[in-house]
Amino acid sequence: MATTIDYGEAIKGPSAFSGGFRRSFTLAAAIARTDFKLRFFGSALGYLWQLMRPLMLFGVLYLVFTKIVHVSAGNHYPVALLLGIVLFTFYGEATGGSVTSVMDRENMVRKIHFPRMVIPVAVVMLASFNLALNLVVVFIFALVSGVEPSLSWLGLLPLLLILIVFTSGIAMLLSALYIRYRDVQPIWEVVMQITFYASLVLIPYETIRTTHPRVASVLVCNPLAAVLQEARHLVVDPAWVSTSTALGGEVRLLVPFGITVATFLLGLWVFNREAPRIAEEL
Amino acid sequence: MTADPKRAPAVTVQHVSKYFRTPDEAAHTLKERVLHPLSRRGHRDFEALRDVSFEVAQGEFFGIVGRNGSGKSTLLKCIAGIYGVNDGRMFRNGRMATFIELGVGFNPDLAAYDNVVLNGIMMGLTATEAKARYRRVIEFAELEDFQDLKLKNYSSGMHVRLAFSVAIQVDADILLIDEVLAVGDAAFQQKCFDVFNRLRDEGKTILFVTHDMSSVNRFCHRAMLLHHGEMLAIGDSAEIGDRYLELNFDAQATAARKEGTRAGDGKARVVEAWLEDETGERQTYFLQGTRTTFRGVVEFFEKVEDPSLTVAFQNEIGINVCIVTTIIDHEHTGTYHPGERAKFSVTFDNVLGPGRYQPLANLAHRGGGHDLIDRWEKQLSFVVGSARATGGLVDVAYEWTIEQNSDSRPVASSA
Repeated sequence: MATTIDYGEAIKGPSAFSGGFRRSFTLAAAIARTDFKLRFFGSALGYLWQLMRPLMLFGVLYLVFTKIVHVSAGNHYPVALLLGIVLFTFYGEATGGSVTSVMDRENMVRKIHFPRMVIPVAVVMLASFNLALNLVVVFIFALVSGVEPSLSWLGLLPLLLILIVFTSGIAMLLSALYIRYRDVQPIWEVVMQITFYASLVLIPYETIRTTHPRVASVLVCNPLAAVLQEARHLVVDPAWVSTSTALGGEVRLLVPFGITVATFLLGLWVFNREAPRIAEEL
Repeated sequence: MTADPKRAPAVTVQHVSKYFRTPDEAAHTLKERVLHPLSRRGHRDFEALRDVSFEVAQGEFFGIVGRNGSGKSTLLKCIAGIYGVNDGRMFRNGRMATFIELGVGFNPDLAAYDNVVLNGIMMGLTATEAKARYRRVIEFAELEDFQDLKLKNYSSGMHVRLAFSVAIQVDADILLIDEVLAVGDAAFQQKCFDVFNRLRDEGKTILFVTHDMSSVNRFCHRAMLLHHGEMLAIGDSAEIGDRYLELNFDAQATAARKEGTRAGDGKARVVEAWLEDETGERQTYFLQGTRTTFRGVVEFFEKVEDPSLTVAFQNEIGINVCIVTTIIDHEHTGTYHPGERAKFSVTFDNVLGPGRYQPLANLAHRGGGHDLIDRWEKQLSFVVGSARATGGLVDVAYEWTIEQNSDSRPVASSA
């Protein structure tokens, strides 16, 4: 018997990334595109709704908190509020959508061999696309409100990247955990409510600092709040303190940044560990 | 067809085992976990595949057969990479495509184009390849006029056609197919068969999981038989088909045995009766076309002259498919005295169509068979199996002669 028989390529079980990164990306993009088509099928105003949702939330919050309760905040508070809502909407849409995403595609997972990771990634992709379009509205609103366009707006791009990385980590984590624990869904809804108030969307850092300086600096450690604060600083008005100032030193930027990286790696690790068994556990 | 030793096998499976872990108590909520944090959940390992090894040569059409729950679909999913295996190794040579079910991932709210392209990408094509393939798919499915329709507005036949077309237009060297033939009408099935023949002629390697023995016989070069996760046999497809039928019906025949009612004046009694195959073994499963013997013992309690015996074979809906009797051609069966025993046997060519039968024996006094001594029925049932199901009650031996009309002119070619 020959000892060196070439049997060809080894067949491996399912995994998070089987088939290479390129294929995973193509596939995730295709799924995201399909979902996009599906979401707006049959609604008269179609994509407008995607833009209207954050705008309507903005309208309500703006009325309540500036005309009735009077949140005294920095320059261009309405623009800052809308920016916050749009960024948070992205986060909520991507993480909330990812929870049941793998379960929803049960039939495919059980019957086709493809990199499992594309499912949560596709959810984040679609949300990112919506975020991009919503940001266009934000910029238009900013210009109309009299915010001076500046080169510092470009600084938003790396911030968005950090936000997407953080969100992807959570998305992978949630979609993998949901397969084992159905509790994830209700728990996450509550967590989202809390996060909304803990992310400086509504009540800005500057307002909290005046009464609760400690709470304020802890909140900025939250990657969402950190990204939002810096975005306000860069886009709306430099009068909004930058994240490093809020944290009290550039070195401390490592805290939200570290949380972001750790979340992403944790999500990746958990999803990767669960991926081979997803088809059986569903 | 034998494997070419110079070429590496298309698919190699070496000592593959697969367990499914079924928890004794499913703990799906966090509360259950919190209340019992330390107790590790008990679980049982269900062994779906045990030490399965085989090779499929390139260009081979290979059947995987077995009863429900024998592990054949699990095996296919392992080879496809959908399930991970617990033990063993697998290899492949060439691009592989899996069809566990037709139209997986089809979305009813999208038109054919989006579905076909997405499905192609899922199957491993690049976006460009998937788009290029669309035209061929829609042509094969004969759905050119309905491309813009959403899938939910398709009839089920159109849906199946599109799904099958998507499946076979994928450019793979190895195809894993699971019972897709179970759908569609006769014309569509014929089309599937044509495609299978074409794929086979093109030299594609095909692993085909099925219950349907006729398609195994028709297409497969070789086959394997799985039973409770173990490979029972591998070899020539006709041989495997027979083994499968035996396995399948043996259990059924024993399970269907029921206590029957007796009738008649009781002057004698059929003590026992059974069926034997050609070798004289008692059987409850027979292959169609073999010599089959019905044999029994009668005990007499009073003096009986020239009793008659009639045996009917009833199918599942109670029709006497065939009857053998002594009344017509064997009038003088002899005189029997109290305490005497007689043995009888009747042998016939088994032309019964595939299915389950119950023999019924009527022992009667001389005459037309109406004056009953004993009726023996519902004591046993047996199964006739055949790799080819014609649908007829019986299958007789036949020969075809087909002569093309010699008068007819050949169709004008380019004269």
